[in-house]
Amino acid sequence: MKLRAEDLGPLARGAAVLGTGGGGDPHIGRLLAEQALREHGPVEVVAVGDLPDDACVLPVAMMGAPTVMVEKLPSADQISVAVETLAKYVGKTPTHLACIEAGGVNSTVPVIAAAQLGLPLVDGDGMGRAFPELQMVLPTLAGIEATPMSIVDEKGNRGVFDTVTNEWAERLARSATIDMGCSAIVSLYAMTGADARGSFVAGTLSKCVTIGRAIEQARRQLADPVAAVVDELGGRLLHVGKVVDVQRRTTTGFARGDAAVDGLDGSHGRLLVLRFQNEHLVAELDGTAVATTPDLIIVLDTESGEPITTEALRYGHRVSVLAAPADERWHSPAGIDLVGPRYFGYDLDPIRALS
Amino acid sequence: MRIGIDVGGTNTDAVLLDGTTVLAANKSATSADVTAGIIDTLDRLQAERSFDPAQVQAVMIGTTHFINALIEARRLAPTAALRLGLPATASLPPLVDWPERLVEAISGRSYLAHGGHEFDGRHIAELDPDELRRHAGDMMKHGVRSVAISSVFSPVSNEFELRAAEILRSELGDDVAISMSHEIGRIGLLERENATIINAALRELAASIVDGLSGAVAGHGISAPLYLSQNDGTLMDVDFARRYPVATFASGPTNSMRGAALLSGLDTCAVVDVGGTTSDVGVLTHGFPREATTEVDVAGVRTNFRMPDVLSIGIGGGSLVASDGELATDLVTVGPRSVGYRLTEEALVFGGKTLTATDIAVAAGRAEVGDAAAVADLDPTLVKAALARVAADIADAVERMRTSPDPLPVVAVGGGSILLPDDLPGSLAVHRPDHFAVANAIGAAIAQVGGEVDRVYAIDPGRRDAVVDEARQEAVDRAIAAGADPAAVRIVDFDEVPIPYLPGNATRIRCKAVGDLRLGTAS
Repeated sequence: MKLRAEDLGPLARGAAVLGTGGGGDPHIGRLLAEQALREHGPVEVVAVGDLPDDACVLPVAMMGAPTVMVEKLPSADQISVAVETLAKYVGKTPTHLACIEAGGVNSTVPVIAAAQLGLPLVDGDGMGRAFPELQMVLPTLAGIEATPMSIVDEKGNRGVFDTVTNEWAERLARSATIDMGCSAIVSLYAMTGADARGSFVAGTLSKCVTIGRAIEQARRQLADPVAAVVDELGGRLLHVGKVVDVQRRTTTGFARGDAAVDGLDGSHGRLLVLRFQNEHLVAELDGTAVATTPDLIIVLDTESGEPITTEALRYGHRVSVLAAPADERWHSPAGIDLVGPRYFGYDLDPIRALS
Repeated sequence: MRIGIDVGGTNTDAVLLDGTTVLAANKSATSADVTAGIIDTLDRLQAERSFDPAQVQAVMIGTTHFINALIEARRLAPTAALRLGLPATASLPPLVDWPERLVEAISGRSYLAHGGHEFDGRHIAELDPDELRRHAGDMMKHGVRSVAISSVFSPVSNEFELRAAEILRSELGDDVAISMSHEIGRIGLLERENATIINAALRELAASIVDGLSGAVAGHGISAPLYLSQNDGTLMDVDFARRYPVATFASGPTNSMRGAALLSGLDTCAVVDVGGTTSDVGVLTHGFPREATTEVDVAGVRTNFRMPDVLSIGIGGGSLVASDGELATDLVTVGPRSVGYRLTEEALVFGGKTLTATDIAVAAGRAEVGDAAAVADLDPTLVKAALARVAADIADAVERMRTSPDPLPVVAVGGGSILLPDDLPGSLAVHRPDHFAVANAIGAAIAQVGGEVDRVYAIDPGRRDAVVDEARQEAVDRAIAAGADPAAVRIVDFDEVPIPYLPGNATRIRCKAVGDLRLGTAS
């Protein structure tokens, strides 16, 4: 399969759906990837299951504030330099590039590197959604180390971390990112093809494209784009309503807050409260939690099916809230420790989207 | 007295106002020659209500000239886009996402140079004057007549844009116009840069249009200052208009809404403009339209102009009315299909065969147009159901646009407003002002001057109030600098959003202050 310029719009839209309110505005990632494909041609995409055991897979991602990325765009070769820096340090020649986070802007960053370096891209990712910290990936659960990792800014500064745990990688890379102007490119979780087969969520890039196309098609046919997304994700519609309150709190590093959605139509008379920290993490219907992280809580514009980021939520927005199952491995005890409600400070047992 | 003129693509509206009282108003077809058109309009006002030109304190003009020039890709200057940010940003050079046709129309050339800031004001790279001089040499060689300068995070620090402008000016001379992005847009490099390039391409046209308008007004013996209305409903003086034509882009809908609000005596309301095919719903808070939060495509270019947020729904005087035999309100539909401009041929009351919303209004006795006998046999249940449908859909659109749970009065304007009842579901009272045909010109005439701040602040613990005060004061100072009466400046919009993944509780604060124009006594 080849990824072409015309796939990037649907890819970015589908990635925003899996971004569950966070993950950054994929528009800029889409423009960057379009430019890269214009210059270098389409990118070969390889199914996770087709990776040879001894493949050298290097994931690449943007780290930092998406708000900064819309202002300080990457340099011409920043993304591919991050890959080359890690490859040099580990002394291997990469055979495949990969996406570590399918939700949001990081769905398109590896496309740019793959085009520039002429390498195939793995159709899968390390989360199946978006999470805010770099240790929050399934490879961590599989015992794969985040480091050695490279971190590269647009000025040409390059760094490599070799840390004792993946949490330390997050902490040190976060500090470096801030000094680098809050937007850096990282390449990390270097792994073999066998590792990727064992730890990745398969098919997420093509799934993003499918979701994006389903939304567009439903709109064109005047069908219900929200229902199309629910179908694609095997999820469940939790609530349809209107945002009647959004409270945001400033806490270092996270856009925390709550949004209340007053029910309309089939949800009339019920109130759903969303609790978010960059991503939507808890949905409570009339005071009872009905879905929590690690499952996906997705907010779409009811009419257009367009995914809405937590930053863009505002009074009066007509939204549909859906829940969709996360990869089963996230529901293991270790997965819940890493990304369950309690990690984010909500004293709740995880509640599954389909229960 | 003041004069407001709205030059639209089709019609030119003009009003003579004393305070908020309309002394004279007229509407005429827009002429190809701007100057002649304005002279003609002023003559008509004078004929309708004789006035002493010396008593006119200000003339306000809203115009679609600039946006039309861009859409038609004509009279645009050969333009260079210079971006300061290297080594960052080279992955997407300026003009990269522009339609080819428009790049050709502005003979667009793009240049990258070192410079730019981080979010916290540090330099990405130092400015390189020699590099800028080399670029200037190339611009000269290619006949560039206008330059747009953008720099990474220039809304945080404008120093590099200012210094680069100085260097270019000394190389290129005063005949080449220079537009700087920090004066035009907000955070979002590509969108701000695009708006700046559009502005640069319009600079020569702006000079000639502004000269034409000033000449027409002066030729009429009016020595009062001339202002142009901006997208956000505030004014700029003519010198500003020469430099920032792009700021006039969407003044039409804003002026129309503000004019309607003034006529109805309300400053916080929803304005529903019911046309032939659609109804446009906007919301005014303290007299100003809410701005759209999304990026806006203009002629295929993505920008982040301050555009009013308007929701269009498919209900108008020409909307088709249909039912499945059942006459319950939820089974009768009105629109979105419409006979449009063929209303006067196809509607029943005009001898046609199509049941339209206008026929329903006539049958219900809400309007007297065409032949009422033609709809005398309509089933009263159908008429009632269709009107209820219209009221429910419009109320729903208003409801969507509301920004708070407080009750919101509705101001109805436009030919199709006969479809609306006096009260909409949800106890929204409907107001119908007089003179609404010239609401645009009135909106231009009552416009105020404003100042705005849009910046990322690092808020130290316990200092939030101080930072907020600082932002508000800066907005107020800017409004006063732009010509507002210091005694009457107030904050009309305030918004703070925390930014994820930035250290130091980084928060984006947007704040807008406006005040009445400080008018001198006309001499």
